[in-house]
Amino acid sequence: MESTIVHNFDACHLHELVYSRCIKTKIYFMNLHEYQGKQILKSFGVSIQEGIVAETADQAVDAAKELQKQTNTPIWIVKAQVHAGGRGKAGGVKLAKTLDDVKEKAKAMIGMKLVSHQTGPHGKIVHKVLVAQDVYYPGETPTKEYYMSVLLNRALGRNMIIYSQEGGMEIEEVAAKTPERIFKEEIDPKVGLRDFQCRKIAFNLGLSGEAFKNMTKCIASLYKAYETIDASLFEINPLLKTSDNKIVAVDSKVALDDNALYRHPDYVAMRDKLEEDPTEVEAGEHELNYVKLDGNVGCMVNGAGLAMATMDIIKLSGGEPANFLDVGGTANAARVEQAFRIILKDPNVKAILVNIFGGIVRCDRVAQGIVDAYKNMGTINVPIIVRLQGTNAVEAKKIIDESGLKVHSAIQLQEAADLVQKVLK
Amino acid sequence: MSVLVNKNSKVIVQGFTGGEGTFHATQMIEYGTNVVGGVTPGKGGTKHLDKPVFNTVAEAVKTAGADTSVIFVPPPFAADAIMEAAEAGIKVIICITEGIPTKDMIAVKEYLKGRNSRLIGPNCPGVITPGEAKCGIMPGFIHRKGHIGIVSRSGTLTYEAVDQVTKAGMGQSTCIGIGGDPIPGTTTKEAVELLMNDPDTEGIIMIGEIGGSMENEAAYYVKANPRKPVVGFIAGQTAPAGRRMGHAGAIIGGADDTAAAKMKIMRECGIHVVDSPAVIGKTMAEALKKVMA
Repeated sequence: MESTIVHNFDACHLHELVYSRCIKTKIYFMNLHEYQGKQILKSFGVSIQEGIVAETADQAVDAAKELQKQTNTPIWIVKAQVHAGGRGKAGGVKLAKTLDDVKEKAKAMIGMKLVSHQTGPHGKIVHKVLVAQDVYYPGETPTKEYYMSVLLNRALGRNMIIYSQEGGMEIEEVAAKTPERIFKEEIDPKVGLRDFQCRKIAFNLGLSGEAFKNMTKCIASLYKAYETIDASLFEINPLLKTSDNKIVAVDSKVALDDNALYRHPDYVAMRDKLEEDPTEVEAGEHELNYVKLDGNVGCMVNGAGLAMATMDIIKLSGGEPANFLDVGGTANAARVEQAFRIILKDPNVKAILVNIFGGIVRCDRVAQGIVDAYKNMGTINVPIIVRLQGTNAVEAKKIIDESGLKVHSAIQLQEAADLVQKVLK
Repeated sequence: MSVLVNKNSKVIVQGFTGGEGTFHATQMIEYGTNVVGGVTPGKGGTKHLDKPVFNTVAEAVKTAGADTSVIFVPPPFAADAIMEAAEAGIKVIICITEGIPTKDMIAVKEYLKGRNSRLIGPNCPGVITPGEAKCGIMPGFIHRKGHIGIVSRSGTLTYEAVDQVTKAGMGQSTCIGIGGDPIPGTTTKEAVELLMNDPDTEGIIMIGEIGGSMENEAAYYVKANPRKPVVGFIAGQTAPAGRRMGHAGAIIGGADDTAAAKMKIMRECGIHVVDSPAVIGKTMAEALKKVMA
């Protein structure tokens, strides 16, 4: 085994991509469903476990019939289509031996709340299932599952392929327990993925003969797909060697680099808003970068770094952040009002901390925006702490203090922290 | 002294005549930055903001002696703009543009290897040496000339630290915004190293975020080169695992890139790590006092 053992960092980054969720307005990654990822793989020449997607139990039965015509599969696998891994253990992957069975399994699955270690305790509602063919049929050689993914190595600024003979398991678990069983292959951007690298990977996976040849082809096609569509992650787990030595992608987890979506208008349509938090989608439509959290103090901040630092201040002041919200560079009345409305949709919010560092943005304008938004909204029943610092901060504080509204104002960050502590008591 | 930019820097703006470029170039000129012109392909030979416009960076280098470039070119064309600047021999390339595809940045990183150009950013507020040169979008007035160097992955949080340093009676030597992207041109460690080697910098503030391992590498460098006090803060102590907080690089992945893990490593390396972003300036002042005593 010649490949270097994967660094802990790589596993971390993998985990980061696998677990990532999109935040609208600035969707950093757009996640795709298994069936969408597989269609892309197929179009680049990777063999896949074939399947047809269905949104109702009746559609699932039709899909099963059609799939039998196309592939002769004697049985079916019904797979929940949600943007999260760990579906098998969570009851999101079921074997069906008859058409009635397909109907029953699909009926139970569509609409169910799937809770896996990747969905968090809130779980995800299943809206679609993939009715897929059986690829574990018996034959001349035993079947064998592998793990393979393509992603960015941030430290090196180049792509890499991570692979293992330990397919079908949680890769984070493999990385933690037996890191020597995970390998990586870096791709030199000057020349791209070379044939010798594909051979090295296939040898390291212990393959020979027909399966070896099919694996090298599969790797080349997989990497081509990753590069061509500007993916951030392509993960296939398991990648299966069938009993007749084909190499087949049984699952796919694909994330696209949203910064590159302008080059791929076709893929924009693949976004599934049902997979996202509705409040986050709404915030995104107003160009607010919002992430809902479980705490009791809402916050509205300009800039992502300062927003995270503000969440930390809330915690240090005895509260828990209820959200992340970056209002961006233009904090005018309309945006501030929208941000207040979104934060207040969360019934757990007991106070709101507004933290704006005015650079190019003038604090007095932001203050006026806050006063106007407050008046437009009528009564806001939670205390609001406004900290405005930077350009015209003193004038801004005056506007807030003289507005007659129940708003606490501050200039220094520490003052704001103390006020949060005070209102929570 | 100072690092990267100073009053002698001959600065050009790529994307000079666009909205962003015009607005920020105006602010840079008002601050006193030595802006010698700008580049907008097809508008060469004209004047904008009283400065010459060039068709190519090479022309700006040849005619105006440009050695520093600030890039405001839109994302689809930004990688190309960085390469053009490097090819023309620009020493310090500061890319403000947010949203450059990762694939483009992989190519840029490869292209810059072996060339005599340093890239700062992309997706960053830029670099400022107070009283000398403002090369970016930061509000100039919060800065004051002094001896504290600041390195940060964030925009407004950097301003917060700058403001605290100024209010605590100190000033800044150079503030370097390295940007929030997964592939930065200059890493935290490289920026800290520049400041550690700058005779004019007496203390360093390092502001990091969850995600990646850049702060850890910088911490190990500080441990091996403990010549100046370093104050550190990591934003995102309360960020839940797996959620992306605005910046593409800011998401907690595994065990080593949480705020807690980074802060622990930084403390072990002798960095004055603060839990609260409200005490960055105060902590720096105290750390400097100890050194002086």
